[in-house]
Amino acid sequence: MSEQDGTLTGAQSLIRSLEHAGADNIFGIPGGAILPAYDPLYDSTRIRHILVRHEQGAGHAAQGYAAATGRVGVCMATSGPGATNLVTPIADAYMDSVPIVAVTGQVSASAIGTDAFQEADIRGITMPITKHNFLVTDARDIPRTVAEAFHIASTGRPGPVLVDVAKSALQATTTFEWPSEVVLQGYRPITRPHNKQIREAVKLILEAKRPVLYVGGGVIRSGASPELRQLAELTGMPVVTTLMARGAFPDSHPQHLGMPGMHGTVAAVGGLQRSDLIISLGARFDDRVTGNLDSFAPGALVIHADIDPAEIGKNRHADVPIVGDCKEVIAELVALLRTEAEAGHHGDYEAWVDYLAGLKKQYPLGYDDHAGALAPQYVMQRLGHIVGPEAIYVAGVGQHQMWAAHFVGYENPNTWINSGGLGTMGFSVPAAMGAKVGRPEATVWSIDGDGCFQMTNQELATCAINDIPIKVAVINNESLGMVRQWQTLFYNERYSNTDLHSKRIPDFVKLAEAYGCVGLSCETPDQVDATIEKAMEINDVPVVIDFRVFRDAMVWPMVAAGTSNDDIKYARGLAPKFDDDDL
Amino acid sequence: MSKHTLSVLVEDKPGVLARVASLFSRRGYNIDSLAVGPTESPAVSRMTIVVDVEGFPLEQVTKQLNKLVEVIKIVELEDAQAVNRELLLVKVKADVATRGQVLDAVQLFRAKVVDVSPDALTIEATGNAGKLGDFLAILEPFGIRELVQSGMVAIGRGPRSISERTLKPVPVAVPSAVAD
Repeated sequence: MSEQDGTLTGAQSLIRSLEHAGADNIFGIPGGAILPAYDPLYDSTRIRHILVRHEQGAGHAAQGYAAATGRVGVCMATSGPGATNLVTPIADAYMDSVPIVAVTGQVSASAIGTDAFQEADIRGITMPITKHNFLVTDARDIPRTVAEAFHIASTGRPGPVLVDVAKSALQATTTFEWPSEVVLQGYRPITRPHNKQIREAVKLILEAKRPVLYVGGGVIRSGASPELRQLAELTGMPVVTTLMARGAFPDSHPQHLGMPGMHGTVAAVGGLQRSDLIISLGARFDDRVTGNLDSFAPGALVIHADIDPAEIGKNRHADVPIVGDCKEVIAELVALLRTEAEAGHHGDYEAWVDYLAGLKKQYPLGYDDHAGALAPQYVMQRLGHIVGPEAIYVAGVGQHQMWAAHFVGYENPNTWINSGGLGTMGFSVPAAMGAKVGRPEATVWSIDGDGCFQMTNQELATCAINDIPIKVAVINNESLGMVRQWQTLFYNERYSNTDLHSKRIPDFVKLAEAYGCVGLSCETPDQVDATIEKAMEINDVPVVIDFRVFRDAMVWPMVAAGTSNDDIKYARGLAPKFDDDDL
Repeated sequence: MSKHTLSVLVEDKPGVLARVASLFSRRGYNIDSLAVGPTESPAVSRMTIVVDVEGFPLEQVTKQLNKLVEVIKIVELEDAQAVNRELLLVKVKADVATRGQVLDAVQLFRAKVVDVSPDALTIEATGNAGKLGDFLAILEPFGIRELVQSGMVAIGRGPRSISERTLKPVPVAVPSAVAD
């Protein structure tokens, strides 16, 4: 392995490139084609490789790492099935703009296209779900490609980049030089907003009577929470935070109306519907937010700020489009609004703010208690209360995700991590693992459903063996709960294939113990606090709590798919009264 | 009109055509015609894409195309400000009795006979879609035995080049986490 004559293998070049790019943790599994890279990786003192149990876990862990730290997460797999197992997390990262780099081995250059053993065209497969991808067949291209991959993944609208490296390139002899710069002719993200657009936006903000700050995941990714708070407090405008933006603005803040969308709060959904100006910051008017697009916020003008020009005007016409990084956009809005304020120009939103405060008070988040039964929402509330807002919460997908989004209570950005766009069940445990690796000093809770948990819980072994003491709250309603909820509401309670029997099989406590974790179980409301506290005292191994919750609990409020947000129900059959005359 | 001609400058790299084609397919955009070839810059290829945008704005197509890292520049070429050409090769039945009439048509359309056999002529013609359509309509009664047509290529009128102000590379500094 000597590099005395200045030459080295492509594999050594790859590992050195990853070191230079700043990779400190890599989640992965070796295999034939990537094997050469694992040899120098064994010697690396800068990179810790965490051997996962399934490549999907490696990908989600890289996402969790990236979402918790804001740095690029890295995963590694071999060719063929190793690479295809990364497809789900790559697609997930693409939808939620998570900066990850996936490194895959490929069969030797001479074997590409021959249907060789473990050959899959992973570059072709991932073209539509990566921000960009590369196939490297010449060892000399490795450093530049890795530099470009990290640059593309982490700048502009972040996203996944795949680097597929042929085994022959890893085995070839080459030289190493880390590039001081990259040249990408067709890639120049615009971060600085146009002054004219900022002036137009400020004009609309000052003229509006019923504005809402519609905050999306872009605010989290750009680290714009401090600027957002300044903007909100300077103007008094109400704020809604989407599923991807929970934590971007404190839940405890009086101007915060909560989460909008299909399961949004009445105040957030009603606020957007009745607004005359939507200031969209790093959000994309997703169908889960707008409901039926034609009837979404019919009276609102739209200021749409996004770093990705293609998001602007994609679903909803933008009256003032602003291309730029949210941090810079909001800072410039604040600066100009301050100048206007000093000149005596303020927006007048008093009646609007009062109206929304009334809605918020009249239709708070709530749930039905069922005597003696354990309500999942109660578990979330207690978890948030006992564990507090400094911890990181990582959800799977389904009912538990919505309850976690609503009831935990978020005060800080990057403390809520979930699979929003793709809706990937099984995201939570591996992503929590990645978050804990990235932020080892933080308490990391995976909030998972019993369905999700059974898709990826093998990573508990990875956590136990590698000293990654995450805590897992399994919200066990022994069903695919969100699907069951739809069956209850829209399929005449015909529960086709949603019963998982997971209060019987498997025994989650024993399963946790089998994986070297502590397993706890909780069946009644009076045990909740003590169980969470006990879990909080265990910091040397992962803990799994089987919260055996009331099965028929449903997620409310709800806007049925494809219908108008005006038809929101805050409980089954109960529509809120909006009293528009008050405006 | 829902058809638009886009000139797309792309880096000449493997897979770039697949990226563009896959983007159109994935987003549900219809390609009417596509032609790719080299340009005056060796590292740059040019695609001429005729896209049929019924039901969504052209702007979405160009914005999504622009997100591809290897796409350098997109220009829409309006018909009036551009020259559009397609190439047609057609094999037409022509025996002693009809050859004269076919050759008349070839002359009228300023086409060219590129191969002759006792009962057929192979003809090369260039022009815009309208002219080639008219030409084929004339040939049709004689019997078209085989037909092959290229995608459209287009270039803007006037002295300016669409690549003039775009091809200057802008380097971006890359940090290194390792001091060595």
